[in-house]
Amino acid sequence: MFEITEKIELAHTVYQYKIKAPLIAKKRKAGQFVVLRLNEMGERIPLTIVDSDNNDGTITIIMQEVGKSTAMLGNMIPGDSILDVVGPLGKPTHIENFGIAVCVGGGIGTAPVYPIAKALKEAGNRVVSIIGARNKSLLILEKEMRAVSDDIHITTDDGSCGHHGFVTQVLQNLIDEGMKIGMVVGIGPVPMMRAVSNTTKPYAIPTFVSLNPIMVDGTGMCGACRVTVGGKTQFVCVDGPEFDGHQVDYGELILRNRSYLKEEKAAMEELTYHEGGKCYEKK
Amino acid sequence: MEMDPKDIKERMKIPRQTMPEQDPGERVRNFYEVPMGYTPEQAIAEARRCIQCKKPLCVGGCPVNIDIPWFIRLVGEGKFIEAARKIKETNGLPAVCGRVCPQEDQCEKVCIVGKKGEPVSIGRLERFVADYEREHGEVAVPEIPRWTGKKVAVVGAGPAGLTVAGDLVKKGHKVTVFEALHVAGGVLMYGIPEFRLPKKIVQAEVEYLRRMGVEIVMNAVVGKLDTIDELLSTGYEAVFVGSGAGLPNFMNIPGENLAGVYSANEYLTRVNLMKAYMFPEYDTPIIRGRKIAVFGGGNTAMDSARTAMRLCPEEVSIVYRRSKDELPARKEEIHHGEQEGVKFQLLTNPKRFIGDEEGRLKAVECVKMELGAPDESGRRRPVEMPGSEFTLECDVAIVAIGNGANPLIPQTTPDIKVNKWGNITVDQDTGRTSKKGVFSGGDIVRGGATVILAMGDGRKAADSIHEYLTTGVW
Repeated sequence: MFEITEKIELAHTVYQYKIKAPLIAKKRKAGQFVVLRLNEMGERIPLTIVDSDNNDGTITIIMQEVGKSTAMLGNMIPGDSILDVVGPLGKPTHIENFGIAVCVGGGIGTAPVYPIAKALKEAGNRVVSIIGARNKSLLILEKEMRAVSDDIHITTDDGSCGHHGFVTQVLQNLIDEGMKIGMVVGIGPVPMMRAVSNTTKPYAIPTFVSLNPIMVDGTGMCGACRVTVGGKTQFVCVDGPEFDGHQVDYGELILRNRSYLKEEKAAMEELTYHEGGKCYEKK
Repeated sequence: MEMDPKDIKERMKIPRQTMPEQDPGERVRNFYEVPMGYTPEQAIAEARRCIQCKKPLCVGGCPVNIDIPWFIRLVGEGKFIEAARKIKETNGLPAVCGRVCPQEDQCEKVCIVGKKGEPVSIGRLERFVADYEREHGEVAVPEIPRWTGKKVAVVGAGPAGLTVAGDLVKKGHKVTVFEALHVAGGVLMYGIPEFRLPKKIVQAEVEYLRRMGVEIVMNAVVGKLDTIDELLSTGYEAVFVGSGAGLPNFMNIPGENLAGVYSANEYLTRVNLMKAYMFPEYDTPIIRGRKIAVFGGGNTAMDSARTAMRLCPEEVSIVYRRSKDELPARKEEIHHGEQEGVKFQLLTNPKRFIGDEEGRLKAVECVKMELGAPDESGRRRPVEMPGSEFTLECDVAIVAIGNGANPLIPQTTPDIKVNKWGNITVDQDTGRTSKKGVFSGGDIVRGGATVILAMGDGRKAADSIHEYLTTGVW
């Protein structure tokens, strides 16, 4: 059992948790993830490790309620325990001094960007961050990102904070201004990662994205997480989660991620009820 | 034990006892076990068919060399518990092996009674005594010798790893098993279906090992948490790597990443380990589909097809490029599949998967094959018949054509030698890898074999680990 020691509401239905997992905390590196299973009936949920603390032996994860399982996780509070936490899985991000590194986070994707930005900063990069969300209230980790960035740009789709528009517009501006960008890491919804990659491709700026496919075991055994990268099938759990953004078949990933929409909707309707903007499991 | 020739003659007259089974029409609607096991009377009758050969061949036919005539004699005498204990001297997982071993290719294949008629049902008797012992609550733990002071780490709680663990604790060593998944058992839990191997039986066998003192740590991915080098430098004097089947193979044909195309590993893991057949009570979903096509002809393909039948589709077909005679699956599995209504689309090979506008599988284009000249394996090579392309409607496809090697251990322990496919290279007799103190066996070495061969590897490796720990000689 893995105890939750802290919970912070970052935005509506977006939570940051600290979970006691000292062995994982000791080993994990930027870019890696864990797989959680809440209880005996639970499914295996992959989530990026955002941070870790060797003093209290915790890892930090950030999640958004999107289906039944994440809604149940969102109801958990400090003192509750998660049945299974396995990790750190996946390959760590390749960190080196690229000169100028641009870190782009879209929505909850800012959570996995944060540890990478932090590691890039520690490796001596000039870190320029662009973080965006639909609106101001959904913007997360602004303070943390600011702390590890030399320069930070905020965007919102509705203009309620920072630049009115998309992260890619700011990225394009930086390129147009002649910034000598050594690498870009972009993480967020799949269409956003595709847009970031399309922005940098004409300039051949090395661009990495962290993919979030459906997974089961997370150790290379099942192949649920396969994606096409550069025309070849890759397993995100052991070959990734980060790939060359210019090589990923995003269209295929979007379709694969929709495999269980019908089942997920049925589970939500059949097993949960909503009250005061929260989702609860029927007993 | 010498037997009177007249007695032998009498024994040879007893017919092979059949095991009662759930009716096919009934069982395709549930996940309960198909064969129901012998009654004590049937077990005694079957045991009496054994002629207690002076030089039995069956023992040599068993990868873990169970003293088969001895345990069967005990069954014949009604001493079921003693029989179970006899088996457990050499086999820690008898309830599992009695169900999933291909006995027809091992002990029963060489059974001398089988030369003139049908062989003694060794597997069914093994299953019977293991079940009898468990159900009568008399599973006694053998006496464990005093701790030798040595610690061994085992990577993977599958058939190979659990065998190593059981053998080494019985010799007085401390054993810790590190398992990546949330339960112990490996392929016995995620791969083999409930209706062929009930999961509570696997867990009972695991519990038995725990009672003997084996420590099993779940959610522990060696290489990602501690590496093998770190284990060796923190008190473990030997490591056994039994990390099992790795990355599932795909056919590399167009459309293979459409929604609805599963590897057999994923399909079976969702259903067996994650209990997707009880969705939405259990959270893990599966696409149930209407028409299901399974590609491959081995035991995993049969397991997938029979599982698919139970998820209520209109039609399940095995698509295999050779003919029925070449199907590598056990005859019993093929027979069970046929009884349950699995169709066989033989001499057929897929060319491409076809999706709808939402990226969901809707059909597979296939081509008919004919058998040509024998290939290097001695089997006749299937060749395409030009112009015979046709479309098979299916909304779920399961690819069951084997597994590659899992890269996790070799990636993090580069001084363990692997072959060109990424499987760990070992010395055949001892299970030693190229790295001092590290042994390996099972599918990570073999690339895809059976439970009992993995257990045989475990047995051999445990013996050489014990020798290494005792002598210190590598």
